[in-house]
Amino acid sequence: MLNIKNLQASVEDKEILKGLNLEVKAGEVHAIMGPNGAGKSTLGNVLAGRDSYEVTGGEALLDGVDLLDLSPEDRAREGLFLAFQYPVEIPGVSNINFLKTAVNDIREYKGLPPMEAKEFLQMVKEKQKLVEFSANLANRSLNEGFSGGEKKRNEIFQLAMLNPKLAILDETDSGLDIDALRIVANGVNQLRSKDNAFVVITHYQRLLDYIVPDFVHVLYNGRIVKTGPKELALELEEKGYDWLKEYDTQTA
Amino acid sequence: MEELISGLTKNNMSTIVEDTLYQQLVSTFQELETVQEPADLTERRRQAFERFQQEGFPTVKHEEWKYTNLHPLTNTAYVLNADVNVDDIDVSKADIPGLDAHRIVLVNGQYVLAFSSLEDEIGLTVKPIEEAHAEEGFQKHYAAYADKSDNILVQLNTALQTSGLYIHVAPNKAVSKPLHIIHVATGDQPFFAQTRNLIVAEHHAEVEIVESFITLDAAAKNLNNKVSEIVLAEGAKVQHYYIQVADAASNYLQHTEVYQEQYSLYNNYNCNLPGASFVRNNINVRLDAENVESHLYGINLTSDKQFVDNHTIVDHLKPHCESYEWYKNIPQDESTAVFNGKIFVREDAQKTNAFQQNNNMLIGDKASVYTKPQLEIFADDVKCSHGCTMGQFDDEALFYLRSRGIGEESARVLLVHAFAFDVTTRFSNEAVRAYVEGLIAEGLEK
Repeated sequence: MLNIKNLQASVEDKEILKGLNLEVKAGEVHAIMGPNGAGKSTLGNVLAGRDSYEVTGGEALLDGVDLLDLSPEDRAREGLFLAFQYPVEIPGVSNINFLKTAVNDIREYKGLPPMEAKEFLQMVKEKQKLVEFSANLANRSLNEGFSGGEKKRNEIFQLAMLNPKLAILDETDSGLDIDALRIVANGVNQLRSKDNAFVVITHYQRLLDYIVPDFVHVLYNGRIVKTGPKELALELEEKGYDWLKEYDTQTA
Repeated sequence: MEELISGLTKNNMSTIVEDTLYQQLVSTFQELETVQEPADLTERRRQAFERFQQEGFPTVKHEEWKYTNLHPLTNTAYVLNADVNVDDIDVSKADIPGLDAHRIVLVNGQYVLAFSSLEDEIGLTVKPIEEAHAEEGFQKHYAAYADKSDNILVQLNTALQTSGLYIHVAPNKAVSKPLHIIHVATGDQPFFAQTRNLIVAEHHAEVEIVESFITLDAAAKNLNNKVSEIVLAEGAKVQHYYIQVADAASNYLQHTEVYQEQYSLYNNYNCNLPGASFVRNNINVRLDAENVESHLYGINLTSDKQFVDNHTIVDHLKPHCESYEWYKNIPQDESTAVFNGKIFVREDAQKTNAFQQNNNMLIGDKASVYTKPQLEIFADDVKCSHGCTMGQFDDEALFYLRSRGIGEESARVLLVHAFAFDVTTRFSNEAVRAYVEGLIAEGLEK
């Protein structure tokens, strides 16, 4: 599904990703862990197409389509979703109107007619339940005045509404208390299927107790330096990332 | 009045050789003095013209006209009071979907009954202002407010206005439908028109007025100097919309003077959209009794080389009043928006609540905004605030929307709607709100 080869990217001329390789197949959940500054969030942002990141080499194919050639909206329409670490507050744009626009723009790209209002509202009602989202929140301005937990739940609600092929969760667990974490993880687990895939970027093993990954990758200094089963997360939790310094010099 | 108009028309034929509007106006006025009309009106015209002649058109040296250069508009000749061919007037450009309203049409300032649809409604009087001399409301209020302001263009209007509307709403009367006043500009020769409106809402009367400004296709350059006086007696409520959707041939100088008595409520929603080359609004509200409430909202989306200037005065003269003003400007391309908002809180006006906010979102490197929020407080027990912001598109928000599959253009429309939301959400009329939001989306599309 997702095939990243030798991805290199920089921000303000500082090289962050230094030849990253990653392959994600349908039905899989991959966790990406690593210390601050390793390039975890850069990976999510580069894939989503944030223009402050410059791609200097490599490719990122989603079902054969190179995402790096597309505008951010077309990447989303091709089936990529980034759950933001810091979701933006947009006063004056209602959550519902925003989602309706997104759903219909994606449908238009796929040559489908706009969704009927009734069908759309039915879907809203259904997907809200996944993240225990109230109608009140859904009708408010996009993320305006939402708590940290509500914002993250809203990301997962959007994910549920847009039904992407590949979702990247960028530190979705940051700033969540244990109850909110459980709600978010539960929502994600219900959305898992054999047809989609998740890349979970996180600092902590805690989230992975709830969203159990098939693979854990360690991102260090712009490259994936180690890949293992879910137990690798526990090892990292125990040992920290310091031992990787050695690893990095060895492989460099 | 017919004599007056024919006098003006004749005069126009003799003055078309004049090369500036000012010279034309002087010649016109000299001939006008021989015209028959009630002596008090003639005297009023004479005094007003005297003042206009002393000062002339304002120049950019005048603080209130610093950014607003009238010279290119007045340094040319116009046909004054031209006959209008009303055979093929199509006012559909002013249509507001879903708005059920009484329709009143003015063509180049003249009230044209044939295009109006005004069913009889007891307690509502609508007539050409030139036929309103005998009305009590006219005698009591005509030129009693706007002429006290220092806008010299009001004097010019008082001196030489030829037409307009007199609207009177009887005590306790709530007008059943909004009044949709459509100002049409048309004609194949450049023309100058002066409209004069007087709107009187008697005690506890209620009325909603929507004024649209349109230009018919192929109209010649035109300049419109319009003055409206609006009087709200005790407990009256007036909702007043300006929807400026004219074309580049049209230029507007508009003065709105609102006089409010106790427990009255006046809301003005001033919407300027891409089109008219030049718009200058002076909107003054005088809160001259206790417990008066006034709201001024503005939404200005400009494009190309448009120039839109809104000058407002909110004058708190008495205690326990509340005013609320919020203007949003979104200039695109090489257009310019000016906002100048003055709030006066006079010595007597204790316990005043006055709020003013102006937010600007510049789109395009060559767009400009000049803004000047001013607050002058002479009372000591008041709550007042004013503020102003300048900004551009929020790139973070734009990326967030696009990352959800929303196209860049739709994302921009959503963000501009969001920016305008504080104002559009205050609209009392849902149909007008939906219409204006649609105009904003259209105005952003390139």
